[in-house]
Formats: sequence, structure tokens, C-alpha cells
Amino acid sequence: MNIIVCIKQVPETTEVRINPETNTLMREGVKSIINPFDMYAIEEGVRLKEKFGGKVTVLTMGPPQAEAALKEAISLGADEAVLLSDRAFAGSDTWATSYTLAAGVRKLKEYDLIICGKQASDGDTAQVGPGIATHLDIPQVTYVKKIEEVKDKTIKVERMTEEGYEIIESSLPLLITVVKEINTPRVPSLRGLMRSKQAKITVLGVKDLDVETANLGLCGSPTQVAKIFTPPARPEGEKIKGTAEEIVVKLAEILKREK
Amino acid sequence: MDYLFTEEQKMIRDLCRQIAREKIAPIAAEYDRSEKFPHEAIKIIADSDLFAIFVPVEYGGTGGGVLDLSIATEELSRACGGIAVCYAASALGTFPIVLFGNDQQKRKYLPDLAKGKTIAAFGITEPEAGSDASAIKTTALKKGDHYILNGTKHFITNGGEAGIYTIIAKSDRSKGARGASAFIVEKGTPGFTFGKKEDKLGIRASITSELIFTDCKIPQENLIAKEGMGFVVTMKTFDMSRPGVAAQALGIAQGALDVAVKYARERRQFGKSIASFQGIQWMLADMATKIEASRALIYSCAKMIDSGNTNVAKESAMAKLFASDTAMQVSTDAVQILGGYGYMRDYPAEKYMRDAKITQIYEGTNQIQRNIIALQLIREAAK
Ligand SMILES: Cc1cc2nc3c(=O)[nH]c(=O)nc-3n(C[C@H](O)[C@H](O)[C@H](O)COP(=O)(O)OP(=O)(O)OC[C@H]3O[C@@H](n4cnc5c(N)ncnc54)[C@H](O)[C@@H]3O)c2cc1C
Ligand SMILES: Cc1cc2nc3c(=O)[nH]c(=O)nc-3n(C[C@H](O)[C@H](O)[C@H](O)COP(=O)(O)OP(=O)(O)OC[C@H]3O[C@@H](n4cnc5c(N)ncnc54)[C@H](O)[C@@H]3O)c2cc1C
Repeated sequence: MNIIVCIKQVPETTEVRINPETNTLMREGVKSIINPFDMYAIEEGVRLKEKFGGKVTVLTMGPPQAEAALKEAISLGADEAVLLSDRAFAGSDTWATSYTLAAGVRKLKEYDLIICGKQASDGDTAQVGPGIATHLDIPQVTYVKKIEEVKDKTIKVERMTEEGYEIIESSLPLLITVVKEINTPRVPSLRGLMRSKQAKITVLGVKDLDVETANLGLCGSPTQVAKIFTPPARPEGEKIKGTAEEIVVKLAEILKREK
Repeated sequence: MDYLFTEEQKMIRDLCRQIAREKIAPIAAEYDRSEKFPHEAIKIIADSDLFAIFVPVEYGGTGGGVLDLSIATEELSRACGGIAVCYAASALGTFPIVLFGNDQQKRKYLPDLAKGKTIAAFGITEPEAGSDASAIKTTALKKGDHYILNGTKHFITNGGEAGIYTIIAKSDRSKGARGASAFIVEKGTPGFTFGKKEDKLGIRASITSELIFTDCKIPQENLIAKEGMGFVVTMKTFDMSRPGVAAQALGIAQGALDVAVKYARERRQFGKSIASFQGIQWMLADMATKIEASRALIYSCAKMIDSGNTNVAKESAMAKLFASDTAMQVSTDAVQILGGYGYMRDYPAEKYMRDAKITQIYEGTNQIQRNIIALQLIREAAK
């Protein structure tokens, strides 16, 4: 089974600061890590490989420093790593990012499954995974919490929903995004760390990919950020106390009032 | 202090630190209470290739030396001395094969030990032969192409959990210390059973138990080195492993200091943080200084062994003696700094104190270490 895991390098802190003038993330002086959700994606990819054979390729788009994230993925069991890096990619929104990553995936040719984390801890959009599937025109299942069964041409997964879960069977190739319930990521191995130290990362730029330059980077990004703000915290709910009868009466009153 | 580690040693340190913090610290108290063998932690340590450190490359290891093992043991012990000793005792049981095993024995046993597929144990101690190891009564008498083992070993770390045991037994009762030999015994061999499992003060995540041999027949290929080499194998093994016990003590001491410093900064009495009292500050300073001195001694000794020097009995004994006495003192002081909270199981300080005590006792009590050091001093002076 050939698996591609898309990962993103993000700032360590969950409290990312935003430059109020440019409305972009301020990354200076913050340690970079692999997006926490992507750790589950890597782990699931490596587990599938260990079970069914094949290989795991990690893919990221980012500045040259993003190599560190790819190397860490190798120390955790990934076999190969590809970095999409070019000035032309700078300033990409989720549309341009998924367009570029999809072009990177096409370059890798043979694959059965693409795994992404549920969302990135800095942007929090959860759009890139679904975007890649759309650009590649392959099926997608989001919020996967369990892989039930893998067959030659199909896969059965369990998907988390707000109410419970769904079991979905799909043809391969498929793109899934995973939630943290899916596994417990391992710590690296010593041999993995040694391998990652020496690993050669394939770096691809615009000229290596089959892309329209107009779709790349800032100019390929339709998103216009008008304003960024922290939404007000949801106010605390009201707890109705008392005996069952009292509670029913109070609740009915509230419902009438709010109608 | 910067000890100028190689890239690989830094990797081992950081990896073990991560395992200790993320995987061991959260379960340490639970295993201390239940006194069950920590299978989940051992699997993580195995999957991270840490059992490969003390096995040569040609037999599936990474060919690391005593310093690598000391670094790993120290970092793991910082989170739990009990879980760390399950690991270190496997190294102890493996060393005789690495040091004295023949190629066939190495090919048969080392690859699985390096993977952590099975772990090892080392058995010399008997009810009536502790410090005086030459008093062992277990016999291994040759009969045709095999040996027949009879006797009881006790207080054996990893007993029952290990798949491979290095056992020291008398192959010739008439010869005293020169009549002892070392053997490899596999779990499951008919006539090899496990007796009492001890209920211990500390390192409770590790298993200490009795090994019972009743007409246990083992093939002659399982003899390590030659007949009569049992104590040479033991002494050379201990020379290699003592820095590891010292490193266990060092990790326990460091873990206790970490807890004490953190607590001292948080705890307020008399309207101030207790870290602002000079009485506390001086305690912390002495604790940290002794820890660093232990570390320097252990690393120097380990480097000396790794450089191929085999005359290390004195240095090895000094490292074990100093680091374990330091661990006992530092962990007791850590409990003191936590005051009444330090005495309670809800706080981690008292566990370090209980775990520290054993490091003054096993692999030669500290009295025996002093004997070794003194004997060496006197010999050197007599030359
Ligand atoms: C938790 C645990 C794990 C262990 N794991 C292993 C293991 O994996 N394999 C193994 O083979 N053994 C193991 N042991 C055994 C351990 O090495 C012995 O307990 C130790 O060597 C001391 O022997 P003893 O308990 O018989 O004490 P004794 O030898 O009876 O000593 C009692 C006291 O007398 C002192 N003493 C003895 N002789 C002298 C002397 N000549 N001069 C001055 N003082 C002296 C000692 O220092 C000690 O204070 C383990 C023990 C424990 C408690
Ligand atoms: C098993 C047990 C039974 C107990 N029974 C009782 C009981 O029956 N009744 C009762 O009232 N209490 C009881 N106690 C509480 C006990 O008296 C306190 O734990 C003790 O007074 C220490 O207080 P503390 O734990 O808050 O430590 P802290 O006062 O926080 O001390 C922490 C550390 O800071 C040091 N320190 C504090 N102030 C200074 C200073 N000015 N200069 C230098 N060092 C300082 C202390 O010496 C200690 O090392 C009991 C405690 C235990 C553990």
C-alpha cells in the first residue's frame, strides 16, 4: 500500500500572534513543530505500511526550513520525503496550497491513500485536505477515527460526526483526514533518527510541477482577509436546578420567553 | 556542563528524555502501586531501538558503548527507577554473552535481545550467597553433552519476565571460586521454574524473583567461555554494568532534584517562596553539585571503558558508590524540601527516595565497593 502523508510545519505555540497591519501570522522567534494532528496522520500511515507493506511518502509545501518537519517524519517511520518549495508558492491560501500539493501528489504517481491531519493548529481551516482531493478528483472522507478494513481496491473507515460516527466504504485511491482518536503516535526510534539525519529530501519547485503559475502563491489565492479577530467566548450556559417538576416548569418558562 | 557527546549520544539522550517525559512519567506512579511488570513501557523502549545500544552491530545492535547505555539509563531513571532497571538489568544479562559468548551463542541470542523481542536477566545471588558470591551452592554438573542444574537463585531482576538468563553455578564443587561457570538458560527449559516474587520498598515496577533449578538439563553449547570462568565473567560483567547502576542512581537523583527545585519555587510560607530561604537554597546547591560530580565520574569511567581499558574495577566501583550515596542523600533532601507533602504518595518525592535505596545495595553493596576500591589502592601502592 503506497501512502502519502501531507504534513505542515507550524509554530509551536497555540497562541499564534497576528500582525495587525498585514493580517498574517507572525512566525519569528517561535519554534517550529509538525502540526499536532499530522502526527496522527504519520502514525496511521506508518502503521498501515507495517501491516500491508508498501511505503510512506511525506509531502509538505513550505520554506526550506520545513525540511526539519520532513526529517522528523522519517525518524517516525516514513520512507521518503518531498518538499515543495519555491518563492512562487509564497502567500498561498488554502486553495492555492491544495492546488500545489495536488500537483506534488500527481508527480508522485502511484498511491493508494493520502492521509492529512484534521486541520492545522495555526490556520485551523480544515480545508487543505478536502481541497487536495477535489483538485485530484478522488473521493475523500474527513474526520476518520478508525480504519476498519483495507482490501485490494477498497477501504472501510469510521468517521467521527457530532452525533456519533459513520462507517464508510470507498474505492481507492482515497484521501482521508484523521482525528486524534485514531491512534497514539509513537516516539521515534534510534535507527529512525539516524536514518533521518542522512535522509535526502527531494525538493520540487515550480518548474518541476505541472502547474499554471497564475494559480500559485499570493496571486493564485482567492481568499481576501478582511479582518481577523478572536470570536467572543461562548457565554456560560444556565444550569437549571431543582426537582424534576421545578425544572420542567422553569424550562418551559425560558422556552416561552425565548420564542 | 557540556560533556561533548557525539551526535549519536545526543540523539540517545534526547530520545530517552522524550520517552521518559511522554511515556514513562505518566505511568510511573501506577506501576509503583501495582508492582506489575511494565510491559507497555518496555515495548516502547524496545521499539525505539534502545535495547540495541548494548549489542554489537554485527549481531543486530547499534554497537554503542557503556557511555551510551549510561546516558539512556540516566534519562529513563529520571522518570522511573523501576522501569529503568528492567531495561538496565537486560543489559546486565546480555553483557556476559557480548563479552564472552562465542559466535554461535551471539548469533543465536543477541539479535532478539537487541530488538527487545525478549529481555535478559543475570543470576548469581542466592539466599546464602550475597556479598560473598563464592558461597553459591547451585550446581551445574556435566553429564554427557549437557549440564544438569540444581539449586535456587533469589532476588533476580526480570526473573520470570526475561526469556534469557545468564546463570552462575558451580560446575566443580571441589574448586571453590574457580569451580564456577556461566551458563545461558532459556525460559521454558524443563526443570527451570520461578518461585517467590518479592514485595519491595522501591523500584516496584521491576520484578525481583526466585529462580529454581531442579534437574534442569541444558546443552553444553550454553556454557559461556570455559568451565571455571564463572567469576571472571561476573567480575568483568560488573565492571561494565556498574556505571549503568551508577547512572540509574544519577537519574533518580536528578529526577528528585527537578521535583525539589520546581516545588521550592512554587511553595510559599512566611509570605515568600521557600526558594528564597537560604536554608533551602544551600540544600539545592549541594544536591546539584553532588549530582554533577556523580555525572562527571560516571561519564569519565564509561569513556575509559569504551576506550578499551579493561582495568576499571576501581573507577567503576567509585562511580557506583558515589552516585548511589548521592542519590540516597539527594532524594532524602528532596522529601525534606517538600515538607509534609514530600512524605505523601500523591507527590513524586518519596518514590525517588524509596527507589534510590536499592542503588546502594545491588551489584555489590557500597561496603563491597569500598572493599574493591581499597584493595586496588593497596595493590597499586604495593607495586
Ligand atoms: C531489588 C533487588 C534486585 C536484585 N537483582 C539481582 C539480580 O538481578 N541478579 C543477582 O544476581 N542479584 C540481584 N540482587 C542481589 C543483590 O546483588 C544482593 O542483595 C547484594 O549483593 C547483597 O547481598 P545480600 O542481600 O545477601 O546481603 P549480605 O551480603 O548478607 O550483606 C548484608 C550486609 O553486610 C554487609 N557486608 C557483607 N559483607 C561485608 C564485608 N566483607 N565487609 C563489610 N560489609 C559487608 C553488606 O554490605 C550489607 O550491608 C538483587 C537484590 C535486590 C534487593
Ligand atoms: C504524616 C504526617 C502527620 C502529620 N500530623 C500532623 C498533626 O497531627 N497535626 C498537625 O497540625 N500537623 C500535622 N502534620 C503537618 C506537619 O507538621 C507539617 O507537614 C510540617 O510542619 C511542615 O509543614 P509543610 O508540610 O507545610 O512544609 P513547609 O512548611 O512548606 O516546608 C517546606 C520546606 O521548606 C522549609 N522551610 C519552610 N520555612 C522555612 C524557613 N523560614 N527557613 C528555612 N526553611 C524553611 C521546611 O523546612 C521544608 O523543608 C503532619 C504531617 C505529616 C507528614
